[in-house]
Amino acid sequence: MNLVVLIKQVPDTTDVKIDRNTNTLIREGVSSIVNPFDMYAVEQALQIRDEHGGKITCITMGPPQAETALRETLALGVDETILLSDRAFAGADTLATSYTLAKAISELGEFDLIICGKQAIDGDTAQVGPGIAEHLDIPHVTYVSKVEEIANRHIHVRRMTEEGYDVIASSLPALITVVKEIGEPRMPSIRGTIKARKASITTWTAKDLKINEEMVGLSGSPTQVMRIFAPEIRPGGEIIEGDSPAEKAKNLISRLKESHIL
Amino acid sequence: MNYFLTEEQQIIKELSGKIADEKIAPRAAEFDEAEEFPWDLIKILAESDLFAVWVPEEYGGLGGGVFEQCLVVEELSRACAAVAVSYAASALGGFPILLFGTDEQKQKFMPDIASGSKLAAFALTEPDAGSDAGNIRTTATRNEDHYVLNGTKQWITNGGEADIYTVIATMNPEKGPRGMTAFIVEKGTPGFDFGKKEKKMGIRSSSTRELIFKDCKVPACNLLDREGKGFLIAMRTLDRTRPGVAAQAVGIAQGALDKAAEYATTRVQFGKKIGEFQAIEHMLADMATQIEAARSLVYNVAWMIDAGERNISKASAMAKLFASDVAMKVTCDAVQIFGGYGYMRDYPVEKMMRDAKITQIYEGTNQIQRSIIGSAVVKEALRHK
Ligand SMILES: Cc1cc2nc3c(=O)[nH]c(=O)nc-3n(C[C@H](O)[C@H](O)[C@H](O)COP(=O)(O)OP(=O)(O)OC[C@H]3O[C@@H](n4cnc5c(N)ncnc54)[C@H](O)[C@@H]3O)c2cc1C
Repeated sequence: MNLVVLIKQVPDTTDVKIDRNTNTLIREGVSSIVNPFDMYAVEQALQIRDEHGGKITCITMGPPQAETALRETLALGVDETILLSDRAFAGADTLATSYTLAKAISELGEFDLIICGKQAIDGDTAQVGPGIAEHLDIPHVTYVSKVEEIANRHIHVRRMTEEGYDVIASSLPALITVVKEIGEPRMPSIRGTIKARKASITTWTAKDLKINEEMVGLSGSPTQVMRIFAPEIRPGGEIIEGDSPAEKAKNLISRLKESHIL
Repeated sequence: MNYFLTEEQQIIKELSGKIADEKIAPRAAEFDEAEEFPWDLIKILAESDLFAVWVPEEYGGLGGGVFEQCLVVEELSRACAAVAVSYAASALGGFPILLFGTDEQKQKFMPDIASGSKLAAFALTEPDAGSDAGNIRTTATRNEDHYVLNGTKQWITNGGEADIYTVIATMNPEKGPRGMTAFIVEKGTPGFDFGKKEKKMGIRSSSTRELIFKDCKVPACNLLDREGKGFLIAMRTLDRTRPGVAAQAVGIAQGALDKAAEYATTRVQFGKKIGEFQAIEHMLADMATQIEAARSLVYNVAWMIDAGERNISKASAMAKLFASDVAMKVTCDAVQIFGGYGYMRDYPVEKMMRDAKITQIYEGTNQIQRSIIGSAVVKEALRHK
């Protein structure tokens, strides 16, 4: 199995403060971590490799210091890492980001499965994973809680839904995004950490990818942030009491009548 | 304090600390309450290479020594001393093989100990032989290509859970210490069984159990060093592992100080955070100072041992004595700072105080440590006369 994991370095939200005047994150002095959901993606890849063998390549796009995030995955046992870093990539929205990552994956060559976390805790869009699958024209399944089987060039997964889960089969290559139910991420090892510290991280710039320069970074990003604000807190609901369901229903009807809704 | 650790030592300390904080601390109370051996946590330690730190590279280890082992034990003990002792007892069982085993024995047993796929244990104590370890009654007799062991060992840490046991038996009780011999006994050897599992005050999720030998046939190739060397092997081993007990004490104390200091900044009485009362502040100051003094001593003794110094009994006993007394004092004070809450099981310092006590008892009580130190001091004085 050739596995590709995509990760993002994000500010540690337990550390983050909000600037009350501009309603934006104060990023100075905030430590960076690997997006926690991406750690589940790495764990899922490691589990698949434990069972089927193969190779895991981990990719991130970000500033040069995002290299520490890649080293963290090396310590866990990831085989190879690639950092996409170039001023030209800066200011990318989810469209430009997924385009750039898709181009990097194409550059890698053959792959069987791409794994992403369900979303990044800073942007919370959950768009980059599916976006990559669209750019590469491969199937994708989001919110995967369990990989049940990989056989005959197919993958069987559970997709978490609000009520339970769907069982979905997909041909490979495919892309999945995973949720935390796939299992606790493992701890690094000492040998892995030593290796990770010494490893040299491959960096690719715009020149290394066959890209249309108009489609990356700020110029490839149609999304515009109009305003950032804290949503108003809605008042809590009211719980209609009653000794039995019938009485509760009766009380509800009379409350609705009182409010002239009925 | 900055102890100028090497990069590898820093990695070992950080990773052990991360495991302690993220994996062990959240479950310490649960394992303590259940008095259940923490196998899930031991597996994590194994997968992270922590059992390998003190084992030479040629036997599957990372090539560190007593110092690296102490770093791990200290960090784990901040979160749970029971997990830490289960880890440390494997080194206690493994050191005799590493120090006195043949290359063949080391090749056979050390890689599994280093990977953590098997735990080791060390069996000296018996019902009538505690401090007086020269008085053991478990016998070994030679019979062609094997030895036959008979008797009962008591309070063996990792008993029942470990696969590899270093067992000290006597081949001639008349001869006392000189009649004692050490063997490697594997779990599953016919005639080797486990008895009573103790219910303890502290380190409750660690296993403390009886080993029962009834005509247990141990192959002659499992003899450690030579017949009659058992007592020496036990003493040399304890010289190397006592800094580990000391590191455990430092870790417990540090864990208790961290909790107490945090609590002092949140608990309000008389309209003030209790940490603003000088009485509390001074307690915290003494606790921190004592811990740092203990840590400095432990690290220095560990360095000295790893540097190859041969005369280590006195220093090793000092580290164990001082650090364990500090742990007892500091954990008591931590409970005091928490007041009534500290006495409740809902807060972690209650367990830390119970756990601290054992560090003054096992691997030689602190009275025995004082005897070791005292007789060395007297011997030195006589030599200088
Ligand atoms: C939880 C636990 C785990 C243990 N794990 C192991 C293990 O893995 N392997 C193993 O072999 N043993 C183990 N032990 C045994 C431990 O090392 C002994 O308990 C310890 O050495 C003391 O022996 P004792 O309990 O028989 O006390 P005793 O020797 O009966 O001592 C009782 C009291 O008398 C004092 N005393 C005794 N002799 C003297 C003296 N000469 N001068 C002054 N005071 C003296 C002692 O300090 C103590 O206060 C463990 C014990 C416990 C409680």
